[in-house]
Amino acid sequence: MADGPQAAAPARGRTRGGPLGAALGLGGELLITLGVLLVLFVAWQLVWTDVVADAEMDQEVASLEAAFDDPAATAVPGLKDVKFGQAFAIVRIPQFGLKYARPVYEGTTRDVLMHGIGHYASTAMPGELGNFAVAGHRTTYGKPFNRIDDLRRGDVVIVETRQTWFVYRVSSTEVVAPSRADVILPVPEQPGAEPAEALLTMTSCHPEFSSRERYVVHATLATTYPHAEDLPADLLTRRG
Amino acid sequence: MSFYGWLWRGLPGPFAVKLLLALVLVLGVVAGLFTWVFPAIAPLMPFNDVTVDGR
Repeated sequence: MADGPQAAAPARGRTRGGPLGAALGLGGELLITLGVLLVLFVAWQLVWTDVVADAEMDQEVASLEAAFDDPAATAVPGLKDVKFGQAFAIVRIPQFGLKYARPVYEGTTRDVLMHGIGHYASTAMPGELGNFAVAGHRTTYGKPFNRIDDLRRGDVVIVETRQTWFVYRVSSTEVVAPSRADVILPVPEQPGAEPAEALLTMTSCHPEFSSRERYVVHATLATTYPHAEDLPADLLTRRG
Repeated sequence: MSFYGWLWRGLPGPFAVKLLLALVLVLGVVAGLFTWVFPAIAPLMPFNDVTVDGR
């Protein structure tokens, strides 16, 4: 065994295995490639879209803040003149973090929601009688409403516009089917009812990483302050 | 027979150059996926709908 050439040993390289071996080798590489592609897609969806959208939203909030502070700026339209896709307000929710600030754009198409919170175009504007309804991602694309299920009755949702700080307080939360468009009616779930209050409704997907249901938060306008004034410090605190 | 083996043998130069070229190829493919392919197939995924009016 120690002496003599090992004539039976296969030659190195490409002749081993024949056509079957070649097919198995290629098939294996294909499967490994598919696996890597899937991992890459998940990383893109769960990490990269957040990185991109977070940077974009921070920038949009900064330019809105600058425009709100500058009486001569014309980049931000009045609430009556907002066009589809335009940013016109900033949502601040102390319970999501004292620095939490996300831009609100007009419209709720997929494309708009990739860049921030979207305002259902058919619903009221902030402070108006009726329902200022907005939608935001629970996961991916900056996930502005990631912690929507942390909100409890009484929690503060602040909508900042050029003229006014609108302070809403959460009144109720619910989980509904995706078809329940009646949660964003002027008086939620009461078709045809005449609104007597200024409400805010937030919708996002539920459970997290799924679109099977919608998480819905209703809030009622509690107070408003002129934008020229500073907000009372006690509003900007987190619950317990 | 192996696609990646064929690719590796096709790359010119000594080992270090081959490695660098392979790395550039991989980064190029990932950039293409992130820029064009993944954004195009994301709307087909069933976990990104957040509205209640079906749009």
